Amino acid sequence: MIVAEQKPIQEIIEEIRGDHSVLILGCNECVTVCEAGGKKEVAVLASALRMHFMQQGEQKQIEERTLERQCDQEYLEELRDDIDRYDSVLSLACGAGIQFTAEKYHATPVYPGVNTKFIGVTEERGYWTERCQACGQCVLAQTGGICPVSRCAKRLFNGPCGGSTQGKCEINPELDCAWQLIIDRLKSLNQLEAYEVLAPIKDWSTDRDGGPRNVVREDVES
Amino acid sequence: MSVKTPSRLEKVLADGYFAVTTECGPPRGSDLGEITRKAEYVKDHVDAVNVTDNQTSVTRLCSLACCIHLKQMGLEPVLQMVTRDRNRIALQSDILGAAGFDIHNILCLSGDHQSFGDSAQGQNVHDLDSMQLLQTVRRMRDEGTFLGGDTINRPPEMFTGAAANPFADPFEIRVPRLAKKVAAGAEFIQTQCIYNLDKFEEWMKGIRDRGLHEQVAILAGLTPFKSAGMARFMKNKVPGMDVPDDVVKRMADQPKEKQPEEGIKICIESMQRLKEVEGVSGFHIMAIEWEQKVPELVEGAGLHPRPGA
Repeated sequence: MIVAEQKPIQEIIEEIRGDHSVLILGCNECVTVCEAGGKKEVAVLASALRMHFMQQGEQKQIEERTLERQCDQEYLEELRDDIDRYDSVLSLACGAGIQFTAEKYHATPVYPGVNTKFIGVTEERGYWTERCQACGQCVLAQTGGICPVSRCAKRLFNGPCGGSTQGKCEINPELDCAWQLIIDRLKSLNQLEAYEVLAPIKDWSTDRDGGPRNVVREDVES
Repeated sequence: MSVKTPSRLEKVLADGYFAVTTECGPPRGSDLGEITRKAEYVKDHVDAVNVTDNQTSVTRLCSLACCIHLKQMGLEPVLQMVTRDRNRIALQSDILGAAGFDIHNILCLSGDHQSFGDSAQGQNVHDLDSMQLLQTVRRMRDEGTFLGGDTINRPPEMFTGAAANPFADPFEIRVPRLAKKVAAGAEFIQTQCIYNLDKFEEWMKGIRDRGLHEQVAILAGLTPFKSAGMARFMKNKVPGMDVPDDVVKRMADQPKEKQPEEGIKICIESMQRLKEVEGVSGFHIMAIEWEQKVPELVEGAGLHPRPGA
């Protein structure tokens, strides 16, 4: 999933300071799972903001709503009849959802309520870690199912570097060395000989370096 | 052994001598006088001088400019190049820049992570890794082509090297990792500082068992301790460094004023022992901001005068 984290409340307050009527818009997908922008977080944030502005003696209309997805046209359409009631939307979706909402409703400012962090997993409740950087050309078959692009601080394809110490990365003793994980995994798969195959120079044009990306599927186009 | 480049370092090794290299860190400013001073200390005692490339991710005068300066002083530079700060366009461009000034040695590295330095908020590039940079240099030299396939007019003639850390984890892939660097095109290796000689010798045995010492020249890396404090720092704070307790104790057992002398003594003894290890082809002395001690170390190890001097 896409993992996000709510922005500091002070930053959110600054974003909506000039607006009278604000819709806090959650999303029922990834941000719900990572507890940053689902229905529950929308409610908690709305209460905190109402309390803040009340204490400041400011009159603000803060409403709550959570869509099934903000990255899909059909769910965003559900806002169509109501959008003009708001001076702004504070979206708690990921960066994609925030932008898609803004694209849909040109006349309404849409502000981010979260920082979008990475594509990752829930290791345990309250602890999410990165697994993928969407480089566009998956190499997991060659690396024992562990990604050197997202999990090595230097994204080395022929690691580990000299800074790997007792299984940990040189930049942070809490962080696993991706190449230690790869080697351990290759060993348990009985594929350690694969380590000696030189990884070819990567074509990064499928990554962000090639410019904004799209996927076209004629077979499913309507 | 025939040579493939005009490199003096390559020739010394091909002629069967122990090679001696050292390194100079460029200044944090534009005063080349600092490099001149360091070069004067070492010029008659080494075959080549590495110039570090923004080591520990601290911004400094660039390695290439310092290499040109050393070349113009009559020294033989080794251009260190990390993949952290440049993409494949800039890497190949700088290789050509060096070749334009007849710099004949290069050391291909990935580089310390930028979080250690003065620009922790900067991006890192790592378009290539160190092994892919080795392949790039060899391709430019041997095939005379850019990575993109076009022909290079007057290709670089560079003796191509890489670093190896025999002490980093996991130990079991340290020999396979060297084999990979050799397969990628490394012709010489400069190792991490060696303090744990037993472990280094174990690594060398693994190198010999695979015949790698016949395919690549291994220069054993050494850094003399100036003090017991430095020994403790290297042991506890520097990632991938292996300093045994008895070495720290040997430094700490000396009164403070005698510690520099003891550090030099340990370093010379290490070189004398390592000269006997089959497959060790020379030494890389990293006397960090203590370059004036290089002559004493080289002479103490019986490696002076240098061939062809």
